[in-house]
Amino acid sequence: MLSINREQKLNLLIIVVILALPSAALWLQEPFYITLMTKVVILALAGVGLNLALGLGGLVSFGHAAFFGIGGYVAGILASHAFNDEWLFSFFGLQVSGSSSMLLIWLLAIIVAAIIAAVIGYFSLRTQGVYFIMITLAFAQMIYYFAIAWPAYGGEDGLSIYVRNQLLSLNTADPMIFFAICFILLMAALALVSMLRNSHFGAALQAARQNEQRLAAIGIRPFGIKLTAFVISAAITALAGALFADLNRFVSPDMLSWHTSGEIMIFVILGGVGRLMGPIVGAALYVLFEYYLGGITEHWGLFLGILLLTVVLFARGGIVGLIAGELKHE
Amino acid sequence: MPLTLLFEQLLNSLQFGMMLFLMSAGLTLVFGVMGLINLAHGVLYMVGAFACAIVASLTGSFWLGLVASLIAAAMAGALVEIGVIRKLYQRDHLDQVLATYALILIFSEATRWLFGSFPLYLDVPQILATPINLFGWFYYSSYRLFIIFVGLVVAVGLYWLIVKTRLGMRIRAGATDREMIAALGVDIRTLYTLVFALGAGLAGLAGALLGALQSVEVGMGDSVLILAFVVIVIGGIGSIKGAFIGAMLVGLVDTMGRFLLPELLALFLTPESAASIGGALSSVAIYILMAVILVVKPKGLVSANA
Repeated sequence: MLSINREQKLNLLIIVVILALPSAALWLQEPFYITLMTKVVILALAGVGLNLALGLGGLVSFGHAAFFGIGGYVAGILASHAFNDEWLFSFFGLQVSGSSSMLLIWLLAIIVAAIIAAVIGYFSLRTQGVYFIMITLAFAQMIYYFAIAWPAYGGEDGLSIYVRNQLLSLNTADPMIFFAICFILLMAALALVSMLRNSHFGAALQAARQNEQRLAAIGIRPFGIKLTAFVISAAITALAGALFADLNRFVSPDMLSWHTSGEIMIFVILGGVGRLMGPIVGAALYVLFEYYLGGITEHWGLFLGILLLTVVLFARGGIVGLIAGELKHE
Repeated sequence: MPLTLLFEQLLNSLQFGMMLFLMSAGLTLVFGVMGLINLAHGVLYMVGAFACAIVASLTGSFWLGLVASLIAAAMAGALVEIGVIRKLYQRDHLDQVLATYALILIFSEATRWLFGSFPLYLDVPQILATPINLFGWFYYSSYRLFIIFVGLVVAVGLYWLIVKTRLGMRIRAGATDREMIAALGVDIRTLYTLVFALGAGLAGLAGALLGALQSVEVGMGDSVLILAFVVIVIGGIGSIKGAFIGAMLVGLVDTMGRFLLPELLALFLTPESAASIGGALSSVAIYILMAVILVVKPKGLVSANA
């Protein structure tokens, strides 16, 4: 008989709730709540990306806003060139146009983020512990300040996407369709992470977190494993960034700021580090706080801070850990 | 005259570096002694600036405000250490980052609640308001010169405290072996609170000093915090000497980069692109510096336990 444990039951429940809420909103003709749930799904996707590096690999990256923002800027820049009908670049006869195709934008967001993550990871992974936290933070700040100082794409003011980008022949401006796109991508990312977790690669990555010397002793170089995890993690977060830009139809350096890095980290921690569905719970809680408490008081950050402090000090497994119990060591 | 301009920029770098040193000394001390990464350090900078602005506007004296900034930030630091930070020493860095990030949210929002989003007003004291004549041919802001002076005094004072006094000996011992010094009968908990309050006080002082040049508002500590991280990573985490060298380097590269890079690029680019590329490059110069230093010396310039 198929037996499932508490965490798996909870995971199933989470997916059902995420699907049920927008459907109910659609039935009640409250499109705003669909958009709110879309935001949850996108932020969760960003968290799923970070959770791969942080939860499985123990790589405390404080710079994932960089990849989130890169994804956003890829979407914004391609879309603005397509909208204005200008060449993206034209170089000795080689002319490349912008694009409003989501597929192309996603692909490019993933590639660009992966390349930059490979460079950042190559330098950052030479260090450990606090140095790693700070150097990833610093690289993200570098990109943040560059985006502010570079005037071509709006600088500090950001960049608007006037028409939501296109996917095949779907009507992406319809909130429910856009939600469905984001939801499917989130599920795909979860499937990928879950597959990686149970693969040889995942085993090596978790071994690298627990004890690098032992991993090296059995003939696997930890550096390559960690770098690969970092790059995949960045690519997933960048995909979320591209979707987020499309959701808001706007990108700004805010997406790159260190507060964003902190927020992505909050999603992971509130939900529970290393839990498959942790980022979804965390992102949902965050958006709930932002929306409901934000409606009551503009100082909702105070309560978010208190909640976060409480979780870190007293509930170390996050919300999923509270409900589903301690992580099982298999 | 370009020479005076260059000289002025050099002094500005020095002043910026000194301010960064005040900020990073506490950060590096707390990491070196307690092994704690403290994101809430920028909040203490803000607390100092607010305390100074409030006391200065109530009493009319900047100097009382400066004293108040030290006391307020040190007290806030001690309270935070006893209430929260103490529980984090045995935790991993991730927990420390998150808990202190939560402290930023709590402090920033509470401050915004109390004082609103508008910047407070803090003016440079009367006797330091006029430029001072140096060497007969060069005028420089006497207030900035005062900041350089304060930074030097603090640097010498800290050196004396750590190397020459009994308290400093205990701090160094605590950094090397926590259990051993506790076994020798030193009250390690009080020592930690003291170290944390000292770092907090210095951050508060930096906030007050800079508050008179910039604006006193919520979030003012954020950018400085990150610069302080860059400084201590470059210098080697845990080393006061490293923090001093790192602060000077970052101050120099940042200020001179902003001044020289656009001019340098203007030699072979059009003025507009020189300005925009130069601006973009100079704003990331310190991060490039940090990356280069970490590639050459992954543990920073000065190793803490050497």
